[in-house]
Amino acid sequence: MSGGTWRHAPGFYEGDRPRIVTSRFEYEDSFTLERYLATDGYKGLRTALGRPATDVHDEVKNATVLGRGGAGFPAGNKWGLTPQGVWPRYLVVNGDESEPGTYKDRLLMERDPHQLIEGCLIASYAAGLSQCFLYIRGEMALAQERVAAALNEAYAAGYVGKNILGSKFSLDIVLHWGAGAYVVGEETALIESLEGNRGMPRLKPPYFPAAMGLYGQPTIVNNVETLANLPWLLQNGAPAYTAIGTATSPGTRMVAVSGHVNRPGVFEIINGTTTFRDLLYGDEFCQGIRNGNDLKAFVPGGGSAPWFTPDQLDLPFEASQVGPAGSMLGSGAIMVMDSTTDIPRAALTLTRFYAHESCGKCTPCREGGTWLERILSRVVDGKGTDADLDQLFEVGESICPGAFPHASNEKLGLAAVPFPYRMNTICFVGPSAYAPVHSALTLFRSEFEARVTKRKLISVTAVGQ
Amino acid sequence: MARLSEDNIRLAREIIGRYPKPRSATMPLLHLAQEQDGYITNEAMSHIGELVGATSAEVYGTASFYEMFKFEPVGKFLINICGTMSCALLGAEELMHHAEGRLGIKMGSTTADGKFTLERAECQAACTEAPCLQVNYRYRYRVTPQELDALIDDLSSGALDSEIPAHGTVAKVRQSIPADRGVGAVNPDDVTEGPAWLDGKAAL
Repeated sequence: MSGGTWRHAPGFYEGDRPRIVTSRFEYEDSFTLERYLATDGYKGLRTALGRPATDVHDEVKNATVLGRGGAGFPAGNKWGLTPQGVWPRYLVVNGDESEPGTYKDRLLMERDPHQLIEGCLIASYAAGLSQCFLYIRGEMALAQERVAAALNEAYAAGYVGKNILGSKFSLDIVLHWGAGAYVVGEETALIESLEGNRGMPRLKPPYFPAAMGLYGQPTIVNNVETLANLPWLLQNGAPAYTAIGTATSPGTRMVAVSGHVNRPGVFEIINGTTTFRDLLYGDEFCQGIRNGNDLKAFVPGGGSAPWFTPDQLDLPFEASQVGPAGSMLGSGAIMVMDSTTDIPRAALTLTRFYAHESCGKCTPCREGGTWLERILSRVVDGKGTDADLDQLFEVGESICPGAFPHASNEKLGLAAVPFPYRMNTICFVGPSAYAPVHSALTLFRSEFEARVTKRKLISVTAVGQ
Repeated sequence: MARLSEDNIRLAREIIGRYPKPRSATMPLLHLAQEQDGYITNEAMSHIGELVGATSAEVYGTASFYEMFKFEPVGKFLINICGTMSCALLGAEELMHHAEGRLGIKMGSTTADGKFTLERAECQAACTEAPCLQVNYRYRYRVTPQELDALIDDLSSGALDSEIPAHGTVAKVRQSIPADRGVGAVNPDDVTEGPAWLDGKAAL
């Protein structure tokens, strides 16, 4: 391909692999309608509109396009969860990417906004959705500008709005933008925010906004990367899509690897087969740990995920294997810690994040997150006691009762506790505050013990005793 | 000028018209108010309430949930230094200390001349380019203390004014739906039928 190796957003490496969603990334003008049309743009839409909507829906179901936002629920099935005969239905695009370590939706919006718009059109056509709201994270100024400019171009050229391409399909796509709140990435909180409220998750059931979402109507919430897959899928068909990756994880997915590696970057990898070892050490990926250091631990699926150690390096990027091993793939984000890492301090950076981002609705998260952060801070500062370490588990237990998932560890003689966990909160923010504490303390307890004063908590009964 | 200006009222009406329910426009309108005044005033919140059919308390209730809305003046340049894991692993703390020393203020405060506000931010989705920061939500990647000094010099001298608008403006490009192309908001109070293209036949 022409266009050289110029990159607007640094960190993306194309490599010699099939590319579904990043195929235009090396073009300097990849975000313009002109470039999009010159590189097969809006052909998937034309194919879709040439077929009945139910056919298009079936095509997506047959391809098993797994949701790329974190939960990994197949998009085609999600669209089918709407109750019969309830209209209108809406599409809400989740572009509120803010999971620690995750860095892909922003690139897709900045570098190929028309691909996302085409994905929104195909999804709305297939699932009978009457209006689309594209919610972009507030802090992403460039993504908002690129998507706004692309929408303006697409409206003018007849790709969005009334009678698209002269057909009976009409759809408005409304650009909406947030104002800084991690929890809004949870789909019911996203809907609350879009209704003009504080972005707090709604009580469940109903478990899916497909049953009852925006303005109480059936609403499909899809992640940016999920929708970006649809133009290629429609143009090339489900068999071509499922020919890449594995039967349970077809296609590709975008992964960001950051932290202590030689070449941190964003990669579009083959789903299901690429292993963590490939990603961290492979020449076409991160090229090893910095300064030739040893790997100490890594977070495999965004800040919310329980941690892995070198024992898990040979696992593939496949949910059905990572889950039983004690963690999750989440939103495609790996954060790498080398042998020089101060583990308690690293865990604190994540726990502080989730404590800060708690919306305050559920008590175990609101209070528990803050407690975890305070106790951990105390320990990191050398002011903790050994009782604090037990207290961390105790607070975590009040957020997630029962055994919490963790990886196996040969050296420590630990067997894995599989994902998922039980939780006392509506959404995953509370458990996510506990995950780094639990992993760090389970896998690296000696580093905590070296930091605390060994003493019993004195129970104060009366002054002078 | 704290209520929305005539131009902004026009823009606000256009934005409200895109949503099935006016309340959905609350956040875009709060951004508009912040763009106008640099922060959100009480008068702007009552005005937005009038426009979307909410009380000013309800508007404040929504606004106060979100990090980006400020209720008192902040510096012309808001510098957000990311402190979450990937950035912390690669020197974010040092960068924050350096920024505090250079500007002579603590994180969370504003310089006396009203030019700079420093904040500790959470993950900014640029983790492979750690440590990163944003100035009025525009990225700077893999920032060293020396680069931070140079950035502050450039911001002070006005050399970056064309790239980085004063605090309040996020995106410089707005969506605009042409009247002859737009479908209009689909309100569940008016629409109870499925869309026309679900008739079992191809649309084209």
